[in-house]
Amino acid sequence: MNAPTVHILDYGSGNLRSAHRALERVGAQVTVSADYDAGMAADGLLVPGVGAYAACMEGIRQVRGERLVDRRLAGGRPVMGICVGMQVLFDRGDEHGIETEGLGEWPGVVEQLQAPVLPHMGWNTVSVAHDSVLFDGVLGERFYFVHSYAVRTWDFVVTDPRRTAPQVTWSHHGEDFVAAVENGPLVATQFHPEKSGDAGLHLLENWVRSLA
Amino acid sequence: MTVSIRVIPCLDVDEGRVVKGVNFLDLRDAGDPVELAARYNREGADELIFLDITASSSDRSTMYDVVRRTAESVFIPLTVGGGVRAVDDFDRLLRAGADKVSLNTSAIADPDLLSDAAERFGAQCVVLSVDARRCPEGITTDSGFEVTTHGGRRSTGIDAVAWCIEGTRRGAGEILLNSMDADGTKHGYDLALIEMVRREVTVPLIASGGAGSIEDFVPAVVAGADAVLAASVFHFGQLRIDEVKRALAEAEFPVR
Repeated sequence: MNAPTVHILDYGSGNLRSAHRALERVGAQVTVSADYDAGMAADGLLVPGVGAYAACMEGIRQVRGERLVDRRLAGGRPVMGICVGMQVLFDRGDEHGIETEGLGEWPGVVEQLQAPVLPHMGWNTVSVAHDSVLFDGVLGERFYFVHSYAVRTWDFVVTDPRRTAPQVTWSHHGEDFVAAVENGPLVATQFHPEKSGDAGLHLLENWVRSLA
Repeated sequence: MTVSIRVIPCLDVDEGRVVKGVNFLDLRDAGDPVELAARYNREGADELIFLDITASSSDRSTMYDVVRRTAESVFIPLTVGGGVRAVDDFDRLLRAGADKVSLNTSAIADPDLLSDAAERFGAQCVVLSVDARRCPEGITTDSGFEVTTHGGRRSTGIDAVAWCIEGTRRGAGEILLNSMDADGTKHGYDLALIEMVRREVTVPLIASGGAGSIEDFVPAVVAGADAVLAASVFHFGQLRIDEVKRALAEAEFPVR
């Protein structure tokens, strides 16, 4: 069996080397570029993201990332967002009073955390969703977070009985916030699995295996 | 659920080799940075800091290579500092595999560098490194601490606490607070300095300088540090990362 392929969408956002090497370490064949067709062709698409929400959205738009994510999801093809790459999957971001429209895959607003020390920087625990596949075998571990903004409420109501509700994993820094979402082909983490040591590698391995 | 106190080994790198000396004057070789990084990762380090101490005078390509090789095998956050003078240096280090870049002397010379880097890459990857000391005779600041450059040898007369405030206002997402008085003494962190800065800034604070024994770490966290940095006590095997974590855990601070 061939190794699953993962394409990392390079739209100019920070350190991609760690994600690249971490995915290779857990058995994926990895490509990194802004190329739309490469993004469509891979078994899995990874959307990274660090820095400002507005800057990330602009970068994603410039490489037609919005359409890429939509097209893949329409076909049930896996997409994973990390950090701001997760935040852009929500309706919009609100940073320093600047509202930026996101990809709108999930309802919700990314807002500043109410906490005494920001950014939330370091290793934190998570309260893992029941029946999570992503966290299979990595319960009770800490993951590395670095962010000031987060999704603080989740009110995605699934009305269609044929659909299963997304699995939401929470963490806490000053207040509760969404740490990960698993929603069929679309998964995302607010923390950086590629920077979370063995626990993070295990989580990425769970995702890569699901692509096979 | 609470974010844990980070224990961070700092590797001073000179032309691709790790060195650490008393007050930066007496350098001793402590090994290959990539190997040391892997060892610290296995021992439970929460993060790593590479400080390129020869950056001001020599070619930096060796450092990019060290960063690249480390990021390929060690999957914990990596901060790199030393000789970063322009936003382009930031970009190159991030692309090589650094997650955060620390600015020290260059931010004093050009404070806009902090704002420019934060705007382009986000505050979360901009670390302001401050080499502070108690004001020597002839220098007065409101806090009683001043910023130094050149490894503590040169006075600036800038108030260290005010500089931390200014730095975070300009976009630094973290402060690496080095006590030049305590550095190399192994007599413990400068708690008064940590407390003063903690009262004034809301970004994470890394305490640095003075760690010599297992008893030194808890007081730094009590004083307000979010992370504790040490170098020689780790490099020469005097203390292990897990021992430091155990001491923190016994004082009921969360650790990984």
